[in-house]
Amino acid sequence: MPFEIPRITYTGTIKKVTLGKGPKAVTIGGETSYPLYLFEGEMPHPPRIAMEVYDAPPEDWPETVLEPFRDVVHDPVAWAKKCIEPFGAELIALQLVSTDPNGLNRTAEEAAETAKKVAASIDVPLIIWGSGNADKDGDVLRKVAEVCDGMNLIIGPIVEGNYKQVGAGAIGYGHTVIASSPIDINLAKQLNILLGNLGIPDSRIIVDPTTGGLGYGIEYTYSVMERDRMAALTQQDERLQFPIICNMAKEVWKTKEAKASDEEAPDLGNPQKRGVLMEAVTAVILLLAGADILVMRHPEAIQLVREMISDFMAK
Amino acid sequence: MGLTGIQIFKLLPKTNCKECGVPTCLAFAMNLAAGKAELASCPYVSEETKAQLSEASAPPIRPLAIGSGENVLKIGGETVQFRHEKTFVNKPGFAILVSDAMPEAEIENRLKRFNGLRYDRVGLTLRPELIAIKNESGDPVKFEALVKKVKSETDAAMILMSEKIEALTAGVKASSDRVPLIYSVNEGNLETLAGLALEYKCPLTVKADNLEALSGLAEKLMAAGLKDLVLDPGYRTLRRAFEDQILIRRAALLHQNRSLGFPTITFPCEMTNDPMKEALIAATFVAKYAGIIVLSDFRGETLFPLLVERLNIYTDPQRPMMMQEGIYPIGNPGEDSPILVTVNFSLTYFIVSGEIEASRVSCWLLVMDTEGLSVLTAWAAGKFVGDAIGTFIKKSGIADKVKHRQVVIPGAVAVISGDLEEELGPDWKVQIGPREAAHLPAFLKMGN
Repeated sequence: MPFEIPRITYTGTIKKVTLGKGPKAVTIGGETSYPLYLFEGEMPHPPRIAMEVYDAPPEDWPETVLEPFRDVVHDPVAWAKKCIEPFGAELIALQLVSTDPNGLNRTAEEAAETAKKVAASIDVPLIIWGSGNADKDGDVLRKVAEVCDGMNLIIGPIVEGNYKQVGAGAIGYGHTVIASSPIDINLAKQLNILLGNLGIPDSRIIVDPTTGGLGYGIEYTYSVMERDRMAALTQQDERLQFPIICNMAKEVWKTKEAKASDEEAPDLGNPQKRGVLMEAVTAVILLLAGADILVMRHPEAIQLVREMISDFMAK
Repeated sequence: MGLTGIQIFKLLPKTNCKECGVPTCLAFAMNLAAGKAELASCPYVSEETKAQLSEASAPPIRPLAIGSGENVLKIGGETVQFRHEKTFVNKPGFAILVSDAMPEAEIENRLKRFNGLRYDRVGLTLRPELIAIKNESGDPVKFEALVKKVKSETDAAMILMSEKIEALTAGVKASSDRVPLIYSVNEGNLETLAGLALEYKCPLTVKADNLEALSGLAEKLMAAGLKDLVLDPGYRTLRRAFEDQILIRRAALLHQNRSLGFPTITFPCEMTNDPMKEALIAATFVAKYAGIIVLSDFRGETLFPLLVERLNIYTDPQRPMMMQEGIYPIGNPGEDSPILVTVNFSLTYFIVSGEIEASRVSCWLLVMDTEGLSVLTAWAAGKFVGDAIGTFIKKSGIADKVKHRQVVIPGAVAVISGDLEEELGPDWKVQIGPREAAHLPAFLKMGN
């Protein structure tokens, strides 16, 4: 049998979304084929990496990943700047963990001030990620949207329980939203429909499928993302044609395998390299499944994944 | 290829003799169509039908085995491009490379790592399966000696790599009972190596620079009577190597291309000099679609993440991973340590046990068999409810391990606490834990 390249037919395109503003604005999306299948489609905007910044000093990070940020963990502005120079971040993701009602429970006002200070001191796009408590995020993200009027932030996670509250502010003050659903393609689609009905333009929506860590459910995220891209690209499911963001670093670094010291787990090899690789392997899996933005932490893992992306894109 | 179950059924004896292991000829036909059965299992099928069906009934990607004894690596046999369409079945094997030009001490260290790096997870042992033995010295005697050494000191499935036919012949003779994979056939050595593989019944790798040539070589080998082939599309850049993996899988599944219907071998070890990056290239091939992944070397930090990735990607999406029911001590629990109860969905177990470890409070974790359902699903299905949990706690034997009589249940099923207390009797107190595992450390540290 003579060899004939088996091609498949794509009928859809992922929507383009531009994040931030000015010369450092970043556009994502626009894919016309499965992720990184560049032999039969286009990926006009390669996947990007956002570097994490926390609004309170982390308490449970292993030494290996705390070390690069030790001098800035008390100051989100300095932290964000360090991510950009020397680490070369193209986007920053500010994690508002201190607003968690089960933790420090800081107010929406405090959080919004922090967000504004960080946004004002950097020129790359800024993602604002709430604590994940839907009620509290409703207050916090609405306040952030208002205080940071016109700063073109990307705010989330927006869920079915708070989308009206946050979505209205996002439209009014000109931000992009992150529509978040719990590893379920139907719920993802439903929320995208609701956001559209609310009046949020398609060019201002990105999707968070919920990310599981390596060894802790990543296969669920992987398959839901593959199904999502399949529906978007080959089944003309217009309400799933949005770029995908994976907030992955916190899932990787909270696992015992990423944290374990040499003495605790001698068979797991060098703790520093192991942590970096667990984060980078997670990133590669998510890239293959269709991530447009990866929220990452360790500078070495980020460097490795950047090289992988450029190797995938190389002609 | 492409016959439906019904079309196949028409060619079968229709006696429902059950000798093939399934109750009816129709069921057998359906299994054949799905690539889940072999025609040879039917003792009564006519020669004519056999000829007609053998082509149609063979799985689209040939399943084959390398190695012997306890450590047989099965590869191939895949039927889908995306795991959610059904499941991936045969995990890719990881190989560590040794060469007969390496210093003795280096070889020793690699064999030691191969034998030593094993990890227990969800009741499985995660381990590498293969050693690739390379004849860099060009000396068949040295090569044969290394093959013998690897064979006697490990249970590895072996890949024998040489450009010299004498070396491969010596290596295969020394290890044929271990069923090694021969690497590799090209235009020049096709006839000789085909003969060697046939004589010693070993699988054979085909290597070519493009898929057209690869397919052509494979066709010649098939015509020569070889069945167990492994494909090496020659590209060693990430983009092209990735592309070829996808195209080979598609050619076999979508075009029923027989000459590309074989598992593949990939060489991250030849694609970079950085071991960290090599691991990421390997991670790519775990998901997209290698049968064998040859690493230049591995250590705990590179091998472990890859083994876990492989376990995750090859988990059957239709069947959740489950833990065995029982008492799991976390830390060093004693007679005053808290007792927590949860379900046996492995993800739940990992997250809960991880958070307990993070709390540094030693606990007894009771894992109840809920058929792999998560807490809320199991509760909704009536499996994780008061009387069932009570019965489980009583027969678990935990009462002999502790002095107190207090058990913590997940906050999400707080409603069952009354039923559970009733089932356990007046000695016991049921305490409601947090809804989210992430809040367990705070909960446990409060002195509960």
